[in-house]
Amino acid sequence: MSEPSETQEARPKAGKLIYKQTLATRLTHWVWALSLFFLLLSGLQIFNAHPALYIGDQSGFAFDNAVLRIGGERTPDAGRRGFVELLGTKFDTSGWLGLYRDDNGIIQNRAFPGWMTIPSYYDLATGRVVHFFFAWIFAITLITWLVAALVSGHFRRDILPRWRDIRALPRDLADHLRLRFHHRREYNVLQKLSYAGVLLVLMPLMIATGLAMSPGFNAAAPWLADILGGRQTARTIHFVTMLLLVGFFVIHIVMVLAAGPINELRSIITGWYRADATENEER
Amino acid sequence: MSRIMMNRRKLLTIGSVAGTSALVSGCDAFDGVLAGRSPVRNFMESTANGLSYRVQRFLIGGHSLAQEFAEADIRQPMRPNGITAPADDTYKALSANAFADYRLEVGGMVQKPLSLSLVELMTMPARTQITRHDCVEGWSCIAKWTGVPLSQVLDLAVVKSEARYIVFHCLDTIERGLSGEVKYYESIDLVDARHPQTILAYGMNDERLPVSNGAPLRLRVERQLGYKMAKYIRAIEVVSDLAAFGFGKGGYWEDRGYEWYAGI
Repeated sequence: MSEPSETQEARPKAGKLIYKQTLATRLTHWVWALSLFFLLLSGLQIFNAHPALYIGDQSGFAFDNAVLRIGGERTPDAGRRGFVELLGTKFDTSGWLGLYRDDNGIIQNRAFPGWMTIPSYYDLATGRVVHFFFAWIFAITLITWLVAALVSGHFRRDILPRWRDIRALPRDLADHLRLRFHHRREYNVLQKLSYAGVLLVLMPLMIATGLAMSPGFNAAAPWLADILGGRQTARTIHFVTMLLLVGFFVIHIVMVLAAGPINELRSIITGWYRADATENEER
Repeated sequence: MSRIMMNRRKLLTIGSVAGTSALVSGCDAFDGVLAGRSPVRNFMESTANGLSYRVQRFLIGGHSLAQEFAEADIRQPMRPNGITAPADDTYKALSANAFADYRLEVGGMVQKPLSLSLVELMTMPARTQITRHDCVEGWSCIAKWTGVPLSQVLDLAVVKSEARYIVFHCLDTIERGLSGEVKYYESIDLVDARHPQTILAYGMNDERLPVSNGAPLRLRVERQLGYKMAKYIRAIEVVSDLAAFGFGKGGYWEDRGYEWYAGI
């Protein structure tokens, strides 16, 4: 691969369309996008039923092992406020978390406000129904993808970083910071690392911590909750992993917008991607 | 949560969908399709819960035990939930007399219907287990439970071959609505009923079961969530079908949208 030369325009000349994303990649991408959307919003609904996170097997009521609490409380001047208590430190989050004003102007005492949850009103039962329905779709898609990616070579070729990827890391980092993107068939090393992190670490961890909360699964594999630090720690990790996935989503969208949303969207919908002219000449 | 309250919220939500922009009421978009007994919600519930039930039955069958803990793990009193002091006259009378007049009725598809006193239950072979109670809300609490294995009682009554479920009728009224009083009830299948850790508990943390935790008798089904473990049990009915009880979903909370299989 050649470095963009100094004489070249900042925006590389558009080259030919190449077939970048296979049907399997595109399908699994959109099924995950859809299921993660519903999993997130129904998950926040479920969290609202008991908006506190703990470390250990159980939830401390007579002792304190909470790491996070979200709630509403009375203020000394007889008002109300919403708060987030993280590791013993309280933050006022009125209007945002713990307490919010709904569309009808009614103040609701809820950890995550209605516009962040499915359904928008408090309904733990329906939150669970939606969550487990999409959890099954999500898990089956991940297993299907993993098998297909191993068989097709997608995993080895595009996901696992190779030695030359690692060596390119500093330059790739610098390119990203300057928002200078190379449009190639291959993923760059930061893409490989973040996709591997999401697909091989965060997503399996989400499923593992979810299963560790199931009393039925706990009877089948008590070691899972144990290695995760107990059921309530697993619940906390489930929540933190959610935050990391949301963080990935935000960066993912920013990168798509910065790298050229039309081209990126076309490749994840149709598979066809317009590579930089310089990249095509190499082929 | 009361149904009336939920309906009011639903109305408000529908109103807000009509009245506000799509941006502000982003998640209201799914309220309608998920409300009450909508076909979409029913489809999602039966598909996912059916799958969870079948896969977990395959994985844990009838004998895999729920995790048991050590004495040192009992770090706090058992947190009570739901009804913690039944206001029913029948219950209050029984409680005032330390449940000396209490009888557990065992009927339905059995060859020998039973009526057992608390003393009779306590003289039967007992099992003690320290387990983690997982509430559907998300919290957990570890406590020690002592009681008679349900299988002992079922064997005494001799379950008929066409039986499939055990229904637990409770003494406590959980809801007073326009349609009258609703008493708590629950149901489990015979696999869970005959599981070694499924007990009718009369003791908790080395003491008599407190009223707030379901005295005189409550169910422990350790491989499922808390709402399956009926408190204040009055009668056990062995049945082949759950349609005749409540709204036919197999339990008070199941009738209000919660899954019948609560292993997840």
